[in-house]
Amino acid sequence: MQHVSPIREPLVTGGKTYADITEDVCRQVEAKPNVRWMIAMGVSLVFLGIFLYSVYRTLWFGIGEWGLNKTVGWAWDITNFVWWVGIGHAGTLISAILLLFRQKWRTSINRAAEAMTIFAVICAAMFPVLHMGRPWLAYWVLPLPNTFGSLWVNFNSPLLWDVFAISTYFSVSLVFWYIGLIPDFATIRDRATGPIARRAYALLSMNWTGSAKHWSRYETVSLILAGLATPLVLSVHTIVSMDFATSVIPGWHTTIFPPYFVAGAIFSGFAMVLTLMIITRKVFKLEDYITLEHVESMNKVITLTGSIVGVAYITEFFIAWYSGVEYEQYAFINRATGPYWWAYWSMMTCNVITPQLFWFRGIRRSLTATFIISIFVNIGMWFERFVIIVTSLHRDFLPSSWVMFSPTAIDVGVYVGTMGLFFTLFLLFAKFFPVVNMAEVKSILKSSSGISHTTHPGASMHGTAPNNSHKHD
Amino acid sequence: MTSKKYILGVFDDEDVLLNAIEKTRAAGTKIYDVFSPYPIHGIDDVLGIQRSRLPIVAFFCGLCGTSFALWMQIWMLGFDWPMIIGGKPHVALPAFIPVTFELTVLCAAFGMVITFFVISGLRPTLKVPVMDLRSTDDKYVMAIELKEGIDIQKLNDLLRSNGAIEVNEKEVVK
Repeated sequence: MQHVSPIREPLVTGGKTYADITEDVCRQVEAKPNVRWMIAMGVSLVFLGIFLYSVYRTLWFGIGEWGLNKTVGWAWDITNFVWWVGIGHAGTLISAILLLFRQKWRTSINRAAEAMTIFAVICAAMFPVLHMGRPWLAYWVLPLPNTFGSLWVNFNSPLLWDVFAISTYFSVSLVFWYIGLIPDFATIRDRATGPIARRAYALLSMNWTGSAKHWSRYETVSLILAGLATPLVLSVHTIVSMDFATSVIPGWHTTIFPPYFVAGAIFSGFAMVLTLMIITRKVFKLEDYITLEHVESMNKVITLTGSIVGVAYITEFFIAWYSGVEYEQYAFINRATGPYWWAYWSMMTCNVITPQLFWFRGIRRSLTATFIISIFVNIGMWFERFVIIVTSLHRDFLPSSWVMFSPTAIDVGVYVGTMGLFFTLFLLFAKFFPVVNMAEVKSILKSSSGISHTTHPGASMHGTAPNNSHKHD
Repeated sequence: MTSKKYILGVFDDEDVLLNAIEKTRAAGTKIYDVFSPYPIHGIDDVLGIQRSRLPIVAFFCGLCGTSFALWMQIWMLGFDWPMIIGGKPHVALPAFIPVTFELTVLCAAFGMVITFFVISGLRPTLKVPVMDLRSTDDKYVMAIELKEGIDIQKLNDLLRSNGAIEVNEKEVVK
């Protein structure tokens, strides 16, 4: 029954048993928070404080606190929105698309990646809501009767599509994540010793027993949710890209945007997953679950999507020239050689050149190199959105309105503040929720741990039924 | 207060369990339920669990979402308060596709998940519902309801001879 592949590396190393998996994952949920966690939480809370202060300034004094001007009406806020949403996409890719492709290496990273999705979307949602200036009227984006003060919403506008896309994406991701958490909450509940922990996890685990019938339905639900989330995640970034592509601004008005944005989103999201996972596996001693094999697989996805993004950059440039439209041509020449050349070339270096280093196996399997490159990719993808948004706007059709954009301290504060929000949520998740999907890792253990499990005497006496063998491979 | 008694066969290997399920069913014993820490592939066949019809629920919920989204957009922009936006027709169907798609996915996902929770009895509760606490960790538990006329000793022998590491009795008060 135990299958040891001569080619593939085991997905779980260290000769783990089922009980070891439970123990390793539940350890940090049950233990008191350690010093490293407390320090990380402290730093995150400082950044959360910066966020709250910047939001207070933005709401009390208005959008004038940001560096926006008449020509550049969209800058850091939308850059950050697209950046965060893009990061979120990797979680859905890992949990949904890789589930459909039966990529079993996803099992030990999908939980944390999905959590990242949810927290990233929360951070992303802050920006359009704050940019409204009057977020207490945010419900006006919903299709409410026009007696509320506005007319019906405009269903022809990509900004409204965004409202539906982001809220659907958030809700469906949350449900998908929660469904996956239920069996693991049950495991924690059944181990819990304290009355508060037992009750809290009992509530969260929703009466879960692990009955065969429930598991059967659970698997069906997961598969269908994956099938729904896959086109959903593609639609979300497609719609985000349409915020730009359906306008008539040179540099934005291109049909290449939807696939280019989706590839970029997955690219940046995988980089963020790697940044987080390399730290998480170290801090929580999960090296046997998140192995070099996982890191290498993710690096391959980064190389692929990074190359797609690189091709898209070059295609955009070519099409600008080929279109024969002088405004379009100028927009691109201005990007590469204008006053924002440094942003353009940072983007090119970080997104096109650095991921190509992953062609070398040694770099692909080096944690230090991967960590550094993942940070580069995160920075590069932020610059990509900044370049697309600001350089396309700052020199418009009328040279008299050409300006530069410079962010204010509040702009910076809101942005680094959302990182505080993100890491606060992620650290709370890492402390109170199981960071690795125990049930899923257990389900692949037998076929991919690479070691034989010792079975009890009863099993060796009766053996494993040969007529069942075909059902487990 | 009614209480039911169950015989619990505890296993520690999924293949032994699958074999034991087949043997137990072949011996004419009705299995109440099997509890495992993760989904065991192939258990549906040996236990005779029908394929779930939840995908059908998802499909029809999705269909409701599609119809609702189309109706909403056509009625609001086409009939209730028509406005000319960008010189396009009032009912600009291509522009309505994104919202229609999102609402389809939203309704299909939530309809299916809510149905799953309701039919499986999944709801927030304070009690710990499992029969053997180890069944969410590393053991597989086969529960057989103890009815009139079941010979406990025979059942014990059957389970043990098919690889159960323990056979326990459990009373559940409903």
